[in-house]
Amino acid sequence: MSAAIVEPAVFAFTPENAARADAIIARYPAGRQQSAVLPLLDLAQRQHGWLPRAAMDHVAAKLKMAPIRVYEVATFYTMFNLRPVGKHFLQACTTTPCWLRGSDEVVKACRTVLGIGVGESTADGQFSLVEVECLGACVNAPILQVNDDFYEDLDGPATERLLRALQNGETPPHGSVTGRQTSAPAGGPKTLTTLTFDAAPAAEGGE
Amino acid sequence: MLSDKDRIFTNLYGVHDWRLAAARRRGDWDGTRELILKGRDWIVAEMKASGLRGRGGAGFPTGLKWSFMPKSSPDGRPSYLVVNADESEPGTCKDRDILRHDPQKLVEGCLLAGVGMGASAGYIYVRGEFYNEAQRLQAAVDEAYAAGLLGRDACGSGYDFELYVHRGAGAYICGEETALLESLEGNKGQPRLKPPFPAQCGLYGCPTTVNNVESIAVAPTILRRGGAWFAGIGRPNNTGTKVFCISGHVERPCNVEETMGIPLRELIEAHCGGVRGGWDNLLAVIPGGASVPVMPKATCDTVLMDFDSLREVGSGLGTAAVIVMDKSTDIIKAIARLSKFYKHESCGQCTPCREGTGWMWRVMERMVKGQAEVDEIDMLLDVSKEIEGHTICALGDAAAWPVQGLIRHFRPEMEQRILAYKSALRARAA
Repeated sequence: MSAAIVEPAVFAFTPENAARADAIIARYPAGRQQSAVLPLLDLAQRQHGWLPRAAMDHVAAKLKMAPIRVYEVATFYTMFNLRPVGKHFLQACTTTPCWLRGSDEVVKACRTVLGIGVGESTADGQFSLVEVECLGACVNAPILQVNDDFYEDLDGPATERLLRALQNGETPPHGSVTGRQTSAPAGGPKTLTTLTFDAAPAAEGGE
Repeated sequence: MLSDKDRIFTNLYGVHDWRLAAARRRGDWDGTRELILKGRDWIVAEMKASGLRGRGGAGFPTGLKWSFMPKSSPDGRPSYLVVNADESEPGTCKDRDILRHDPQKLVEGCLLAGVGMGASAGYIYVRGEFYNEAQRLQAAVDEAYAAGLLGRDACGSGYDFELYVHRGAGAYICGEETALLESLEGNKGQPRLKPPFPAQCGLYGCPTTVNNVESIAVAPTILRRGGAWFAGIGRPNNTGTKVFCISGHVERPCNVEETMGIPLRELIEAHCGGVRGGWDNLLAVIPGGASVPVMPKATCDTVLMDFDSLREVGSGLGTAAVIVMDKSTDIIKAIARLSKFYKHESCGQCTPCREGTGWMWRVMERMVKGQAEVDEIDMLLDVSKEIEGHTICALGDAAAWPVQGLIRHFRPEMEQRILAYKSALRARAA
């Protein structure tokens, strides 16, 4: 997708998203609607696939902000994509905890399967790969975030399997690819094993 | 080892149902109304008695922080609770488990903390990448509202308290409390000068307290079981339980709630199956997230995992994110990657940080290859000290400390790398 970016001339929220936007704005005190700028930009990006300038202008008008203030925000936060990204937006964490557990292999697997490196997209617009900073799931490192979902405990072959599944139109369940119980040690929890909560309010919580 | 009956996060691993009904069976929301009716002063006194120190990294006493909030509002400004769920410190992934597996502990904690500080509303700022976790938390908040636990006359206590979930959009700096407030107001996340402190002038110019997720989520259990119970765990001034995140070169990385002050070696060996290749294969540990200095193995042999013990050895507990590195690690490269992180995450407001983080990263990249002069190590140390303490927020310090820790403990490795590069050059020239 190195071709010229086609910026839409106009953008407007769909009726459903306009209603969502109003509900979001209502979370903040009267006159403080600017607080909704991050959630509304996110909503616009979800609707359009990326964040064109027309969408920023629409959000600015909705929140009665000067457009430049919205551009400032949109360029400051890394999750706003100001140019198109692939349908599968791959975000490889390579910060030290993931690197120690083999994030280089995850990035390499993307090149092997998709033929793209960091900052590149496949010609068919299906995949984009970026490098991101710590995703906050470090005991399940390394992590590859695909759109909103974290795939955890990866290695080279597991990443290749994941990418081939995505190529085939499948959506493998996110979380640990080794079947581990979330952040518990591999092989199952070693703590919290003596508690049961089936009966009435558990004694451990009360006096 | 901490016994299960003293563990607060009984669904840390998500083995059980996260929903309200199941959370209540685990003891959440038990007698909350009575706790509220005991009053604001009682809540703050119990929190002070517990000795709880903030779990976001700085370790400031939580009860004391709450007590800074104004008792009355002559000018009619409301007070706010803001919960920092912008968990982004490399190595740290504890709040994520609370958000997705034990969200009612956080929701109930927000109400009780709100009463303790006289806040009428709370905002939970969740990092944008935690999309699924934020959805889960929102569902938990919705359930609590539907059950009458939040909102007007919360829990039938007569106290009104609103709670909202707000998602960020990718910026480590928003974990800094004043940057978080800027972000929550719809601006770039650039830290504010202090004073004024948030307790006087925070969100929307109103009195605000910003607390970490874990600090708030432990509050209901502390109030139910008593500050003295919490204070009885751990060591003086370092009390209670703590969720540790152990990542890197251990056999089985995991999160675990343990006693504050547990020996590092016991933490790793009892819960993670030990260092990969055995304890003697340990090179170094970063004990509290990327922002604290690295410790060599000799220190790791005996150090206890709490605020004061780690400060005594020149490091820090931070977020209790333990990053373990075995002898296969290129320690210079590991720290250089952190320098890249800080360069990426600097907000650009203060010159020493904006320019210094990039400069340190570029020098560190040369240090990885050995493409440097030995006296540049001292220059790197000097520049790191020019960044430290000369910026509005602590990101400058956080960027400097990993580099300083590397030089303090691994200078011989850096020198050796430089000499090896030089002799390789000479060999090629010959």
